[in-house]
Amino acid sequence: MIEFQNISKRFPGGTLAVDDFSLVLPSHKATVFVGSSGSGKTTLLRMIDPTAGRVLIDGEDISGLNPVLLRRRIGYVLQATGLLPHRRVVDNIATVPRLNGVPKRVARRDALTLLDTVGLDRSLAERYPDQLSGGQQQRVGVARALASDPDILLMDEPFGAVDPIVRAELQVELNRLQRELGKTTMFVTHDIDEAFAIADQVVIFRTGGVIAQVGTPAEILANPADDFVATFIGADRGKRTLHLQHREGDSATLIVDGDGRPAGILGADR
Amino acid sequence: MQFFLDAFRWLLDPANYVPGAQNPFPIQDRIGEHLLYTVVSVVIAASIALPLGFYIGHTGRGRQLVIGFTGGMRALPTLGLLMALFVIVGATVPFTRAAFVASIIALVILAIPSILAGAYAGVESVDSQTVDAGRASGMTELQVLTQIEIPLSLPLIIGGVRASVLQVIATAVIASYISLGGLGSIISSGIGLNDNNRILGGAILVTVLALVVDGIFALAQRLTRRRGSSGSRAQKTHVRGRSLRPVTVAETPADERNN
Ligand SMILES: Nc1ncnc2c1ncn2[C@@H]1O[C@H](COP(=O)(O)OP(=O)(O)O)[C@@H](O)[C@H]1O
Ligand SMILES: [Mg+2]
Repeated sequence: MIEFQNISKRFPGGTLAVDDFSLVLPSHKATVFVGSSGSGKTTLLRMIDPTAGRVLIDGEDISGLNPVLLRRRIGYVLQATGLLPHRRVVDNIATVPRLNGVPKRVARRDALTLLDTVGLDRSLAERYPDQLSGGQQQRVGVARALASDPDILLMDEPFGAVDPIVRAELQVELNRLQRELGKTTMFVTHDIDEAFAIADQVVIFRTGGVIAQVGTPAEILANPADDFVATFIGADRGKRTLHLQHREGDSATLIVDGDGRPAGILGADR
Repeated sequence: MQFFLDAFRWLLDPANYVPGAQNPFPIQDRIGEHLLYTVVSVVIAASIALPLGFYIGHTGRGRQLVIGFTGGMRALPTLGLLMALFVIVGATVPFTRAAFVASIIALVILAIPSILAGAYAGVESVDSQTVDAGRASGMTELQVLTQIEIPLSLPLIIGGVRASVLQVIATAVIASYISLGGLGSIISSGIGLNDNNRILGGAILVTVLALVVDGIFALAQRLTRRRGSSGSRAQKTHVRGRSLRPVTVAETPADERNN
């Protein structure tokens, strides 16, 4: 469980990026932060040194922890460029275990297993990142984040640089991983469709790290807190009225748009 | 043309290579000395300039100060510096060693700016998102430097060393002005005796030495250029424009001063 308690963050330049933010991210659930650019999402995700307030991980105040060791306990997926270009796929995945002192041979062997986990062929192991497609690179990024088997997974617009079809695939894949591994996941996006596709809990931001609404996708869709949220989720636009659709024999709930096209999946197995 | 033929014949004359021959012979001893001065001064310069350059490139701190300072060092006339050092050093160390110490100091000062520029420009040029990724994975600052920044900028770093080695090889010739050995002593003895073969032959030796060493460095740069290396492109222009005074790396800080 991650708790933000009255967090504020003022950058040296004077920008107040986050102002008195409090939230609980439940364990083993995916919480998605969604909001327009500059609303303070990344700042919150990186909140290792807040200006004011406390961040607790499983009740422990992180301000007392060594930031380097803390980062090694947390899986972090960045945008496509986050892989180390001079290291092979398998060595990229093995980065954090190697930093933690796992012998090279063991770390590489585990890395191969992780390729399976994220749905990549093992034959890609000896390639360099620039020999992979954007979607494959992103899967490697996820594998790297999972390599030290962290309890917490942070993802900052990880699928922002891939095309919509691959993006949808990756979202489905992430949902599968989330079901299988049950990480406490904090996912940042500016795409409300992506948020609804992935989240157990959605947090919609105004600028300045101010929460507009927190809730499950169903709650937010059913009851937008105000006009801002309604506009943001597109519920007020006639061209896309989202609704939920249950399928027989499937625990997942489908979100379907006004034209009957699936827009995402809600909470399978929950 | 006849000059050159004579000089080459002189270079190939076995008599000039007989051990124990009268100064400035045998030639191989002078080549050895020349390389010794070069290696000693570049190693000393690198052990000062590389850590400093890595620090500046990694932290971005002290940049303006060092750019200004190395600019000043570049502007120093090496010959004048050598003479001044010879006088100053001569006051404290015995005459026989004063020439060596003064020459090495002058060459170290000559070698530092290029190595420093290559090191900090290289480290600075590594994609900040890659560096961030390393940090996010839990690398310490030192691990970010040694596992990401240095490997990815190795071609630029070596380029800086390469530029300084060539400068030192070319400039070590003047060490003979203060009665030190090296290939310069062949040239200056030729000037004294009005012997064109020695002058031209010595000059050819310096040139060939520089070209061979430059080739070795070009190879090293090629071997260390890898995926994602920040130096890959600058490196190509550098090889094409090869000369005794490589310019690519040396001019990087000047470009950046305008920013
Ligand atoms: N290192 C920094 N220094 C100064 N201001 C920053 C820094 N990082 C972010 N900001 C500012 O903080 C605000 C929130 O940024 P960010 O958290 O990156 O937003 P988001 O991820 O939602 O796009 C923005 O106004 C941004 O300009
Ligand atoms: Mg962001």
